[in-house]
Amino acid sequence: MTTDLTITDMHLDVLKEIGNIGAAHAATSLSELLQRTIDMHVPKVALVSFDDMFELAGGSESVVVGIFLRIEGDLSGSMFFVLPIDSANRFIRRLVGDPSFDFSAPETMADIGLSAMQELGNILSGSYLSALSDFTGLKIYPTVPSLSVDMVGAIVSFGLIEVSHYSDEVIVIDTKIVEEDISDKSVDGHFFLLPDPPSYAAIFKSLGVM
Amino acid sequence: MAAVKTVVRVGIADMNLVRESDTIRTSGLGSCVGVVLYDERKKIAGMVHVMLPDSSLGKGAALNAAKFADTGIYALMELLKTEGVRPMSLKAKIAGGSQMFQFGSSDTVRIGPRNVEAVKNELNRLSIPLIAEDTGGSSGRTIEFDPASGVLSVRTVNEGTKEI
Repeated sequence: MTTDLTITDMHLDVLKEIGNIGAAHAATSLSELLQRTIDMHVPKVALVSFDDMFELAGGSESVVVGIFLRIEGDLSGSMFFVLPIDSANRFIRRLVGDPSFDFSAPETMADIGLSAMQELGNILSGSYLSALSDFTGLKIYPTVPSLSVDMVGAIVSFGLIEVSHYSDEVIVIDTKIVEEDISDKSVDGHFFLLPDPPSYAAIFKSLGVM
Repeated sequence: MAAVKTVVRVGIADMNLVRESDTIRTSGLGSCVGVVLYDERKKIAGMVHVMLPDSSLGKGAALNAAKFADTGIYALMELLKTEGVRPMSLKAKIAGGSQMFQFGSSDTVRIGPRNVEAVKNELNRLSIPLIAEDTGGSSGRTIEFDPASGVLSVRTVNEGTKEI
């Protein structure tokens, strides 16, 4: 299916644009939730190998908090919200007001923190996808997000299963999340949208680029 | 002379070989299965990181043999044969096949267990004995095999490292 569509730089630019629109909405939601200025932008839209995809998310063996959901409808694909443990802890401690909450100590993790993390994923993906849906006119239905604290490769490969039926490469729309107020300007997390290859045509068609 | 061991890395849907002086490793296995085929006497081993159970699932133009359980294990055995290994002296150790998330399309949810099953079927078909396995569950794994000792180290985030 992917063979009848050659992905060009123009296609990737268009995806970057819709990624930026989704990111702007998600950033507003997250800033309101956390009462902090959160900046999100799309540094990269690319066709990459699966191993390179893991590198973008921090390296296949690095431990992260990952929220995964599938999207269905006119556009199908996988969506990930991937945060290093430290960032996830900072966000959740602030949200639930529990300074002892720690994703790296599963036995002491309070349910409220896990629910908050899932809800965070829900709100972010919801605002991102509704912006995407408004802009493209495509109907998009997200599943309820699911949470896992584990290695990047183990988490993200699950979202690549569908793609792997078609290809050894994936189009990644990578949204970088950065908190403005903290002195350390390192990336706090990523938001990945991985469309299933049969959906590429639907996206480009809706945007008039094929 | 104490030579430093080199770690040969195997990516996802990829395979490689290793000799006595080095080790071979793949990281972040979730629903994927890492399969090691080794010859104890010659101290040579191969590893493949399979993603899907069956090559008939492939819908793309080019077939990457290492991606599927059926074609991947066979291709690895062929690769070992070119190094002078006899198939009947091969043994296998496997790890992976977790169920990382509990939802998705029904095919995808059970992809881990289906991968494990397909790997075992293929080993059985090729008459390669399965010596040890660490499969299933819901955790990611990083594995490293040492052809000199025949030991497979399996590391998970919450349970540390064990040897099988």
